[in-house]
Amino acid sequence: MVAIKGRVRKFEDNINTDIIAPSPTLQLPMEEMKKHAFEPIFPEFYKTVEEGDVIVAGNNFGCGSSREQATTVVKALGIRFIVCESMARIYLRNCVGLGVYPILSKGVSRLFEEGDEIEIDIQRGEVKDLKTGRVALFEPLSGTPLEIFKVGGILSFLKKRIEGR
Amino acid sequence: MTIIEKILARASGRRKATPGEYLTAKIDVAMMPENFRLIRSLITEAGIKEEAYRLWDHEKFIVVIDHRVPPTSLPSAENQKISRGLAQQLKVKYFYDVFPGVCHQVMVEKGHVRPGELIVGADSHTTTYGALNAASTGIGASEMAYVIHTGELWFRVPETTKFEISGRLSDFVHSKDIILYIAGKYGTEVAQYKAIEWIGSAIDEMGMDSRLTMGNMSVELGAKFGIFRADQKVIDYVRARTDKDFEPVESDPGALYAEKYLIDGSAIEPMVALPHNVGNVVRASEVKEIKIDQAVIASCCHGRIEDLEIAERMLREKKVYSGVRFYVAPASWEVYKEALDRGILSRLVGAGVMIGNPSCGFCTGFQGVLAAGERCIAATPRNFKGRMGSPEAEIFLASPATVTASAIQGRIVDPREVI
Repeated sequence: MVAIKGRVRKFEDNINTDIIAPSPTLQLPMEEMKKHAFEPIFPEFYKTVEEGDVIVAGNNFGCGSSREQATTVVKALGIRFIVCESMARIYLRNCVGLGVYPILSKGVSRLFEEGDEIEIDIQRGEVKDLKTGRVALFEPLSGTPLEIFKVGGILSFLKKRIEGR
Repeated sequence: MTIIEKILARASGRRKATPGEYLTAKIDVAMMPENFRLIRSLITEAGIKEEAYRLWDHEKFIVVIDHRVPPTSLPSAENQKISRGLAQQLKVKYFYDVFPGVCHQVMVEKGHVRPGELIVGADSHTTTYGALNAASTGIGASEMAYVIHTGELWFRVPETTKFEISGRLSDFVHSKDIILYIAGKYGTEVAQYKAIEWIGSAIDEMGMDSRLTMGNMSVELGAKFGIFRADQKVIDYVRARTDKDFEPVESDPGALYAEKYLIDGSAIEPMVALPHNVGNVVRASEVKEIKIDQAVIASCCHGRIEDLEIAERMLREKKVYSGVRFYVAPASWEVYKEALDRGILSRLVGAGVMIGNPSCGFCTGFQGVLAAGERCIAATPRNFKGRMGSPEAEIFLASPATVTASAIQGRIVDPREVI
């Protein structure tokens, strides 16, 4: 697998699910919900997002509710990787189950600034800031989570099981 | 092994479960609140044929309509209708619709939670049932869609952290203050990915309602499970609600723990979490001149009978401060009816409290919405920015006693100032 490149979108510690997907927006169609993602701290974030952007955040990303819209909305915005110091456990499970790759690495957030170009090498377990050349290591998904992620998420996993494949 | 390692080992048909390993466990009970309606679209979008999708066990799956009750908008009304149709289609036996309450209170009250069981819920506060010696934790809706059909789920066996709360809590100090104290001192990631075992004399002394608050807020410390021993209080509570057999689980004397914390419960004071994080904690006595517009006792964290009794006792011969909106919503209709029969609700109303119906609304911004610049002190589990309405509003978390005292004074105070 070749390394993936993307633009860094920087967030702080404790970005909770009420910020990522505010409660009043949870019943909206995804195209509408997208417009409110991160709204309490970053109104109109969606206008600034490009397909392939990568979130780089601090500690405890995704803490709070189990609402998986907080993961699907990030994916719908075109973000496929979340790099952070640590991630709340339900959010981590939802990333695995819904196809957003979680990258956890202590100290990683201070290596990157908003707008930097990041290079992600999953096989080597390495993220690199292409502006500064600084590198951080991470443990790639393995075991059951990797099996689920590889087939495209928990519902693809279920579909295969139902169809006896 | 610890309690959690034993439960995960038993549920996955193994003799042993070791922290760090992945296993697939059979689920004893699964619960879905109002987001049940998502199942249909998730299944359809995944390309799974509706006729091939079924409920694995009709005795083990519970749905509770609770978040937007009564429906707060046309979409929520439509979504609840979808849930009703889906419940019929999947032949859901335990579908709590018109008179339920907040899902976690309904689950424990109706006897769906028993010691030693492995339980998943599509809501983060599913950790609540740890108070009944159950290994219970939150998952997302898609994972729940998997559980509904298969009755199984993967787990990474967590390490266990032991919190021993020794001594005796002082008057006007609540189990909520223990959680806030820990969140403030050790941070909201102190138990990230870990199981917490709650033990100690302060816990032994506590009633079930106070323990449920701690199980509930274990997730606010990052925990996957927040489990308690099954003492006589637990056994009596469960026996009164179910005829089903159960087997309480204890940790082995030689069990290995990631960390052990010893906290002197008698030294804990009333605490307040300032906006916008559960870990942003100070002593209530340190908060100066913060005027409030709203006070709330509600949700899966509070709104139980002990919480209502505290408010009622403190409001005898006292009134809610003029202009403060004090909302108390019992967590379930069972709690509501008991409080009604015992005259608690009428005395609260007499003191200037508005009684809400059981639902998640006051905690999640579907009811009692805050305007920009407003401040609310709440006996609920979360104070995230924008959670109760405007992102420019401020939410302070505290115990029912501190909330009631603050509602009486119109500003945030230590409850010991009001007696």
